[in-house]
Amino acid sequence: MSSTATVERTDAPISYLNATTGWKSWLFTTDHKRIALLYLISITFFFGLGGIFATMMRLELATPQGDLFTSDTYNKLFTMHGVVMIFFFLIPSIPATLGNFLIPMMVGARDLAFPKINLLSWYLYVFGGIFALTAIVMGGVDTGWTFYTPYSSTYSNTFVVPTLVGVFIAGFSSILTGLNFIVTVHKMRAPGMTWGRLPLFVWSMYATSLIQVLGTPVVAITLALVALERIFHVGIFDPAIGGDPILFQHMFWFYSHPAVYIMILPGMGVISEVVACFSRKRPFGYSFIAGSSLAIAVLGFLVWGHHMFVTGQSMYASMVFSLLSFLVAVPSAIKVFNWTATMYKGSVAYNTPMLYAFGFIGLFTIGGLTGLMLATLALDIHVTDTYFVVAHFHYVMVGGMVFAYLGGLHFWWPKITGRMYPEAWARFAALVTFVGFNLTFGPQFLLGYLGMPRRYHAYAPEFQPLNVLSSAGASILAVGYAIPFIYFLWSLKYGEIAGNNPWGAKGLEWETTSPPPTFNFDHTPIVTEPAYEYSKEPEVEVG
Amino acid sequence: MPEFHLLPAAAAVSANGYDWLWWYEVAISVIMTALIFAAVFFFAIKYRRRSETEIPRPIEGSRLLEIGWSVIPFLVMLTFFFWGAALYFHNQDAPKDAMNIYVVAKQWMWKVQYPNGVREINELHVPVGRAVKLTMASEDVIHSFFVPAFRLKRDVVPGRYNDMWFTATKPGRYHLFCAEYCGTEHSGMIGWVTVMEKKDFENWLTSGGGEGSMASQGQKIFQQLGCSTCHLFDEQGRCPNLKGMYGSRVLLSDGRTVIADEAYIRESILDPNAKIVAGFQKDVMPTFQGLLSEEEILEVTEYIKSLSNTRSGMFTSEQTGPTAGGGRGGSIANAGQGSLDTRGTSMTNQPPRPEANAQAQDANQGQPVAPKPVAPKAATPGGKQ
Repeated sequence: MSSTATVERTDAPISYLNATTGWKSWLFTTDHKRIALLYLISITFFFGLGGIFATMMRLELATPQGDLFTSDTYNKLFTMHGVVMIFFFLIPSIPATLGNFLIPMMVGARDLAFPKINLLSWYLYVFGGIFALTAIVMGGVDTGWTFYTPYSSTYSNTFVVPTLVGVFIAGFSSILTGLNFIVTVHKMRAPGMTWGRLPLFVWSMYATSLIQVLGTPVVAITLALVALERIFHVGIFDPAIGGDPILFQHMFWFYSHPAVYIMILPGMGVISEVVACFSRKRPFGYSFIAGSSLAIAVLGFLVWGHHMFVTGQSMYASMVFSLLSFLVAVPSAIKVFNWTATMYKGSVAYNTPMLYAFGFIGLFTIGGLTGLMLATLALDIHVTDTYFVVAHFHYVMVGGMVFAYLGGLHFWWPKITGRMYPEAWARFAALVTFVGFNLTFGPQFLLGYLGMPRRYHAYAPEFQPLNVLSSAGASILAVGYAIPFIYFLWSLKYGEIAGNNPWGAKGLEWETTSPPPTFNFDHTPIVTEPAYEYSKEPEVEVG
Repeated sequence: MPEFHLLPAAAAVSANGYDWLWWYEVAISVIMTALIFAAVFFFAIKYRRRSETEIPRPIEGSRLLEIGWSVIPFLVMLTFFFWGAALYFHNQDAPKDAMNIYVVAKQWMWKVQYPNGVREINELHVPVGRAVKLTMASEDVIHSFFVPAFRLKRDVVPGRYNDMWFTATKPGRYHLFCAEYCGTEHSGMIGWVTVMEKKDFENWLTSGGGEGSMASQGQKIFQQLGCSTCHLFDEQGRCPNLKGMYGSRVLLSDGRTVIADEAYIRESILDPNAKIVAGFQKDVMPTFQGLLSEEEILEVTEYIKSLSNTRSGMFTSEQTGPTAGGGRGGSIANAGQGSLDTRGTSMTNQPPRPEANAQAQDANQGQPVAPKPVAPKAATPGGKQ
């Protein structure tokens, strides 16, 4: 953090950041690293927007009466919070930023397999985002992010179609990103980079990409059908015109449950890298961690019906979905145990990325175990559609994914920008985030068990104390998010110069300069050893 | 200052079974979380980096450990699964002697009707110690009937009946919530379930109601819409004789059989051609989609059910042909001509769809060839899923 570390811009070595200049060089770039930064800026904007909606909800819920906003406004707030956070932040978060930035470097390639398609996917994301923003500015949408029919297709009087179009378009961005990663991992690996030598982050991104490519078209079709019914009154989901509302839920969750793994698998990849680096050890059970990512991707497609235990679906179907849901928990458990075991007899450092990894392991464990309760047929009946579910998926999505995202951002920030973030502030922010998060969402487990339904604008007075705790926690969490936002910006100019490999980490991305040159490596690297050889001196030859 | 609870009230048999399983899973989850946290903290402190140059010895992994921490947790999960599935199954089918209550959900209220005609809005009164079955329909979007004190919840889905059942154990007033987001006043779609001692309940039930039983309301509709011109109480009608039909096994024209339950009656009113009784023609009966509210359909259903409650005139188990004459059919003739418009809150808010009546009246193909409206083995309703 010493100010002597700042250097004049003119002295900076040529990197992807300054190789070309001007706005056109950014908006028409095909460099995966620049596209990653375009995504980073866009998703940070949407994260802030979704956070504002969440703040307004928590303010309203501080009192039992619906006194701050009208019911319609509140319904729009939780809908837009969900739509923005899921489709425009969580799904693209790690894949489109860290994945985009790192995958080519980790496999030793100059770029992704289809650089122009990569740029196209960012534009699709932006166009989708503009549609969603337009819907918000025009007056918003109030269907819930789940768009359940026939409410969304017939009864809602809000801007459902523009929102659907926005999500539809953004879905294609997700498909193209997944496609690009799959082809890159198959065809662009450097000589010697065998499948067994791939970093675990690449394995998890590969599994994620499979889901993106196979699942996203289904939700696109489903949302298109909702729009079709809404505009042309074609009877698909509304029983008044011959449709079946439960059909929508099957189609929606066929994508949206695997989508949960689109959101968490990349986070698991980040944690595998961070835990290995800050334990200075090869991850315990490399092949089991890699294989469990693929197992999650496959099994994740077979559990959608566990969202529908109370809809009246056949109890035999429910039984199968329940059993498969327990099965999908096994590979997640394998990962948690292996990360923990990696620290055994390691050399554990408490840098900020590792603090987020600690947080991830603990919070994801809680999120996973409460998921088991929800997979239990009888238990789900009482707590589904209550705050218990809200707490559960925030433990996985925020305690898991957002913690991993922040951890990953800190871990690779030196590589991305060439500058260090301020370590003391960052540790403090990680702690604040952890405390704020638990205070926000911990009480919601109790609220759900007590019976407070989700998506309630006003609630019974006996639920107030826990809601006040939750709202107080949210204000702390907001501080925990604001601090990194400020010091990351600050570090762009004032951060210490990072050097190529500030953490002593393994992996091809650390072999090149920070920030990397436009084509990542001066020469195509030749890989001669497995990943994570922390016990040896670096042997990766650049030749 | 509002009352503060950490545990919800428990007032039904289902809640007791639920809570045991709940605490079992909570206990295991807390133990697992504590173990993981302890391991992370222990390793993080014990193996903290002591010098910047130290290089720990690599450990590749252990197949035995991997198998162990896959299989053992899964075995524990299987106990979750079986216990949860057993309870879930138990809560599926109501006992045969359960008391029937009808619930119609609409934006944003719960309408409750008892077979004797008593109606309530956002209130449900039930007796202690007796199984109660709710047959639930929605007029518009998906709602969900949620009583935390019973640990039960069931979606109320338009276009079909969903039912739930419970046996209350403790008198008191308990929250009723809509748990499936249903629009503007979703959080206002709430009410109370009042559990009463049996005697109090009987008094309460008999003191209410002024418009006659649901069955008699249904009978009025049945007359008014002209159903009785084809559904005669002998075998001469163009449509099946409904006497004794409810709960029986019905042979269809395509060779399948169905149990004539609430769902089948509802479907036959709204989509008559979906399941034609063997020996009858398609397109004789028009659809009543849009003409009847869910409540009116339930009243007609209750009326059709009442035709089976009277023992005389039922199909007895050994009869293969049509019953001659219709036992008490004559009693129908003096049914009142009550106007649909006078019946309080039950009105549909959908405009009638006149075109629904027009179709189908021309497709009269004369008498059925082999009038065999009900298959002989009618004695065991609900025998097959």
